[in-house]
Amino acid sequence: MVRGPREAFPESVFVKLAHDPAVSLASPILELEVALPGVRDAFKVLGVDVFRASAMQPQLMGDIGPHILQLFVTDSIILSNQAAAQLHLRRGDEMQVIVGSKAKKLHVLDILSPDTYSQPLGIMDIASAQWIFESIGNLNRVDLRIKNGVDVESFKKILAAQLPTGVLVITPQVERDRAVNVTRAYRVNLNMLAMIALLTGAFLVFSTQSLSVLRRRHSLALLRALGVTRLALQGALLGEGVALGVAGSLLGVLLGTFLAAIILRLLVGDLGNNQLQVIGASLRAAPIAMVVFLIIGTVVTSAGAWLPARSAARQSSSALKGTLQSSSLVGISRYLSILLLGLGVVLTRLPAVGGIPLFGYLAVAALLFGSILLVPILWIKVLNKMPRTHRVVLDTAVAQMRDNVKLSTLSLSSIIVSFSLMVAMAIMVYSFRVSFDHWLSKLLPADIQMREPLGNDTAFWSEQDQTRLAAVAGISRIEFRRTRLIALDAVHSAVTLIARDFNVANIADVLPLVQPSLPLASNLPPIWISEALHDIYGYKVGSEVAVPLAGHLHRCFIAGIWRDYARPAGAIVISRQAYLTATGDHGANEGSIWLSKGQPAARVTAMVRTQFARQDSIEIMTSGAVKERSMKLFDHAFVITYALEAVAVLIGLAGLSFATSSTALARRAEFGMLKYIGLRRKQVIGILATEGILSSVFGALFGLTLGAVLSLVLVFVINRQSFNWSIDLAVPIWQLAILSLVLVMAATLTAIISGRAATALDAVRAVREDW
Amino acid sequence: MRINQWLMMLCISVFVCRATAGSDVLEGRALTFPSDYGSHADFRTEWWYLTGWLKTDGGESLGFQLTFFRTQTTVTGDNSSSFTPRQLLIAHCALSDMHRGRLWQDQRIRRAGLGLAEAMPGDTHVWIDDWSLEHKSATYIAKILAEDFALNLSIRTTQQPMLNGKAGYSQKGPSPLSASYYYSIPHLQVTGNIARNGKSDTVRGEAWLDHEWSSQYLDGSAIGWEWVGINLNDGGALMAFRIRNPQGESHWTGGTLRNANGTIQVFHPQDVKFQAKRTWISARTGIQYPVQWRLRAGAREFDLTPLLDDQENDTRLSTGAVYWEGAVSASEAGKNTGRGYLELTGYGEPLRLR
Repeated sequence: MVRGPREAFPESVFVKLAHDPAVSLASPILELEVALPGVRDAFKVLGVDVFRASAMQPQLMGDIGPHILQLFVTDSIILSNQAAAQLHLRRGDEMQVIVGSKAKKLHVLDILSPDTYSQPLGIMDIASAQWIFESIGNLNRVDLRIKNGVDVESFKKILAAQLPTGVLVITPQVERDRAVNVTRAYRVNLNMLAMIALLTGAFLVFSTQSLSVLRRRHSLALLRALGVTRLALQGALLGEGVALGVAGSLLGVLLGTFLAAIILRLLVGDLGNNQLQVIGASLRAAPIAMVVFLIIGTVVTSAGAWLPARSAARQSSSALKGTLQSSSLVGISRYLSILLLGLGVVLTRLPAVGGIPLFGYLAVAALLFGSILLVPILWIKVLNKMPRTHRVVLDTAVAQMRDNVKLSTLSLSSIIVSFSLMVAMAIMVYSFRVSFDHWLSKLLPADIQMREPLGNDTAFWSEQDQTRLAAVAGISRIEFRRTRLIALDAVHSAVTLIARDFNVANIADVLPLVQPSLPLASNLPPIWISEALHDIYGYKVGSEVAVPLAGHLHRCFIAGIWRDYARPAGAIVISRQAYLTATGDHGANEGSIWLSKGQPAARVTAMVRTQFARQDSIEIMTSGAVKERSMKLFDHAFVITYALEAVAVLIGLAGLSFATSSTALARRAEFGMLKYIGLRRKQVIGILATEGILSSVFGALFGLTLGAVLSLVLVFVINRQSFNWSIDLAVPIWQLAILSLVLVMAATLTAIISGRAATALDAVRAVREDW
Repeated sequence: MRINQWLMMLCISVFVCRATAGSDVLEGRALTFPSDYGSHADFRTEWWYLTGWLKTDGGESLGFQLTFFRTQTTVTGDNSSSFTPRQLLIAHCALSDMHRGRLWQDQRIRRAGLGLAEAMPGDTHVWIDDWSLEHKSATYIAKILAEDFALNLSIRTTQQPMLNGKAGYSQKGPSPLSASYYYSIPHLQVTGNIARNGKSDTVRGEAWLDHEWSSQYLDGSAIGWEWVGINLNDGGALMAFRIRNPQGESHWTGGTLRNANGTIQVFHPQDVKFQAKRTWISARTGIQYPVQWRLRAGAREFDLTPLLDDQENDTRLSTGAVYWEGAVSASEAGKNTGRGYLELTGYGEPLRLR
């Protein structure tokens, strides 16, 4: 496939290709994103030579064959099934397209069968498309079939050398990959978040199973005493874990599918880029993926159950019977912890792998586990440092925890894992939101924004239109912009070129620059690139690059880098004057309006609309509304993150309350003893509550610190590598404070409740139970 | 007469869609050469139709047929795009392989323009991408590069064009406006190569060229036709056609006989009679074709026998048309007197618009 910039290349390129001895078939195409009146999104129209196109795609001829002569009529268009459904059009209907500032009528000749094209598009004869869309002599794509025996790669090179600048040779695979690339970062991020959730889940299973083994230590010891072998016991406990894993995973997959269906229905926006819409996202139950999830869930659960099962079976029956002692775990974990933390730091320095921040995620995992291993060490240190207060409840609580470090560490670790991830995500999303907000304010200084449908090739305002618009009463200033898509190489998606009016000296007021703009060194036209261009193409500030404009390469000077959250593929800002000099294109398709003092936006908007005779497709919004909508879209996109956060909190709290209640139950004998030596029930509960407060405060502080560290990785490594844009770190202090408070309160509350349950037995019975 | 059914379908739809003004075919216009060898873009339809018998070096017999067809579309208006499909060019090529008992065929359709598909005025030069037919110094060069076969033939003229009808004005129905300009060149001497599945053979043989152009070919009462062109062994040539009405009866007939000494006999409807002798039923389509004929042309009576019964062109997958066209031998009173091509259309479904 030979693909040109959207403003097209001369058709002589096609003629030359068709004559090439290595080419067996060349099919010329004019592919346009067309503006339709009253429709927000641009509509794809393919102008094809049906005879040549159907040789590539025989089904097309089968579909169009009967209408071939009518399709030659200049205003005929055939719609794909999807397009007809979306635009509510039927055979014989009329539809309007906007070309320049005029509206033109087309006649819907037929609707294609649903399996010819899955996306919404229209097919026209190439001659009609050139005529209707005022693009006589132009094409922007030629599909090629190469003769048998011709080496594709070397032919590609020969071809590339012959083609005009900006026209690229693309093999079909690359074309497909590109479409996938757009959403890959987003999808990988979600997958990775899910994997982290799964790991947290495994950790929770581990702690739950450990505690349940502890709780049943009497029964287990009895079993061992009755002659059950170590292996059999281990097998039984592991089997328990596996059974739980299968049941849980099955439930998880079903629930997940159900949730996905609901979420897909509710959510359409994702980062405001409509990426999912572009690829036609719809719920598809993938059986293989489901089975894989089922297996992963089961394996993770089993792994979580394996360790406690093994340690339970290892211990001698008498050891099992006794109370739990702090172990030598501390010694080994210190080195492992330092190793993991060091590894985590190193991993953050590594670049992305194929656009995916793989090492970033590994760094998160390493830092997380490294820190968790530090929990018992630090916890012991903290407990040892606790001064004696001569208050019975407090001192007893500290003493208890000191002696049962392993036990308290388990519940602490699981809450720290979920809490720190939650904190990290909260900081990341908040930082992004704050940066996004700043960016919007910078880009929307005017009162009113207006534009033709995003990405369309056909609708624009001529010089006369612009003069007329500028003369509308109530407008104090109007700025016009021209945006076009240009391809910088054969591999990456097209980059947006934005030609706008500004004073170069005041560039910092106009663009959200990430560093001060360079003084203009040469007489080359200056451009300002978005961060994506720096990251993807390696463009450096102060260097010169060749930008394809109107079929010629123009050397430009990169004067600065700006931040852009709207165009992940990258954007270049150039002055309108430089663009005009290079292309001769006076048109504009976007504008910003500053109102005169006291002029109501609604009246000016209405006046602007009357400047066009045609039914317009122009979107006019006040900057406030644009901002509001953008922020809404942003929040919409992060609903899923908020949901994941909520899930993490719920899992954490559930784990915490389970851990608390099971440890409380396991310590019934101890409570009985305490009561026996004269403590009141209230005091015993107080001890438990104190333990809850102390450990959860420690957990919250540790989680906050760890979360802050992880958020640095998320913001500066994972975000940057996934999306190629930067975010300024911002900490949601109030949000974190409230979360911490909720955590501590919930921990204390569950401690009190389980304490009440555990101390309900009378002292004598409780002591006796511990035979 | 010589157009396959699919082309006919297109052609008729052109006729029916809108009565665009093509130049009228009028009696009395003298054909001049070489300019009338070339394309006549003012007329709605036109074709160059080559048929012939070939023999390979190995002694294998083959029939071949090659058509370039031009038709105006209904496109009017002032579209200045060079892709504007004002003329379509269609090429069809078929090889009757007696040895394998099969037909090799391929076809192409393109809009004329951009130098990629053109029919030139002045002299015969018509091409679609790398398929071409060109007349140069008394020789036609035909090049066809199809999917699984190829022709590269040099076709030398040995006789003057035979003007059919009244000095090239060939009436096709009762109305004088339903007519074409039509000449044939019989006894063309062929040398060249034919490749099948990549294997090339040197061939030589004899061919027949028809060139015909018109704006109003049929008057709407036709459902099909018989056409035959015979290179007579004595150097003479015979062309005869019959147009059938929906009842299967003769609607119009005509023909030309050029004797070996160059004298021409033009046949009127009452002089020509087609009489079916034997039918063959296609196992593929179930269509019954009269493949053997007795043809009376003036005082002479010919028996036409197909070289191969199955010379059915089935293009339903791509274009929806089925017809019979193939090599036949001619005999008079049991003695072989010539070889040629026979075309039978309209025996399946009547010609109709899809």
